[in-house]
Amino acid sequence: MALTLMGKKIGMTRIFDDAGMSVPVTVIEVGPCVVTQLRTLDNDGYTAVQIGYDDVKARRSTMPVIGHDAKAGTAPKRHHVEFRVTEDQLGEFELGQTLTSGLLETMAYVDISGTSKGKGFAGGMKRHHFRGQEASHGVERKHRSPGSIGGHATNLGTGPKVKKGKRMAGHMGAERVSVRSIKVVRVEADKNLLLVTGPVPGPNGGTLEIREPARLRKTKAVRQKELAGG
Amino acid sequence: MNSQQILEDVAQSQVKTDNPRFDVGDTINVHYRIIEGESERIQVFQGVLIGRKGRGMNEMITVRRIVNDEGVERIIPLNSPRVLKYEVVRRADARRAKLYFLRERKGRSRRLRDRRRGMKHVEGQKTIQ
Repeated sequence: MALTLMGKKIGMTRIFDDAGMSVPVTVIEVGPCVVTQLRTLDNDGYTAVQIGYDDVKARRSTMPVIGHDAKAGTAPKRHHVEFRVTEDQLGEFELGQTLTSGLLETMAYVDISGTSKGKGFAGGMKRHHFRGQEASHGVERKHRSPGSIGGHATNLGTGPKVKKGKRMAGHMGAERVSVRSIKVVRVEADKNLLLVTGPVPGPNGGTLEIREPARLRKTKAVRQKELAGG
Repeated sequence: MNSQQILEDVAQSQVKTDNPRFDVGDTINVHYRIIEGESERIQVFQGVLIGRKGRGMNEMITVRRIVNDEGVERIIPLNSPRVLKYEVVRRADARRAKLYFLRERKGRSRRLRDRRRGMKHVEGQKTIQ
């Protein structure tokens, strides 16, 4: 089961851990997420749980969404996501059930996805970490330009055009970004809060997807096992 | 509850409430826990508080003392759990918020006027050489 919840990025602050070290943390308000649909083998050919997050005014929603969410006995939601579960696990969920951050208490790490901050039309230096040109030695008015994009031969093969995907200036940010296996510092189930170390994508107030980690390696896997077991 | 309040709420639980009241200019003792592997000991750092910066959870204090004729400054997060406690040794008059001018001072002029003028404060006189 790849449990998925949605939430809102509140902002960053610092927490002192047991050793007295200052840890930078991102505070995330999780849910409340409502189970809006259960995908079954008979109906859909696969088993999954669909959750809805963030109430939206009925007049700003559409009839299909209002009707869909009404089946679960809830107001229309802005976002809907699904996560796959096995047939057995499907029984643990019921339509209209509210999922909160308490479910994350057994997780030492989580994956988080969000929409990164938009940077607009960005140059090669910011977008691809190009080095730019020198400050002096005859360089005039093009200190941040990308320089040569290669000769005839390197771009050839697809015709008299520059190859697709050539790294250049262009639109940057405002895309889906995931951070994987970041440490859970604390879960405050009563306030629906989740505290994780370090930054997560997007601005404060941005919508996030919080998932069970896809995979954990070495020490992280060991730590997760200890937490889940004990 | 809006976002800012949630953030403050999270940090609030860590803010120390049992600190004695002290202001810039005061001479304070900082009982700092030093962890060396397994063992733990307390080191007391005594000096003049020459500045406070930030607020709430993020407040930092700068403490200056003179060791072997050499100025030593420590910048300490006020709410750090590594600090066991603070003690006020001597209270003094400070007419500005940051006492960076003390760095240029030498000898007797390094002393600040005591807030309890006219009273005996032998203890305080000794601490600042």
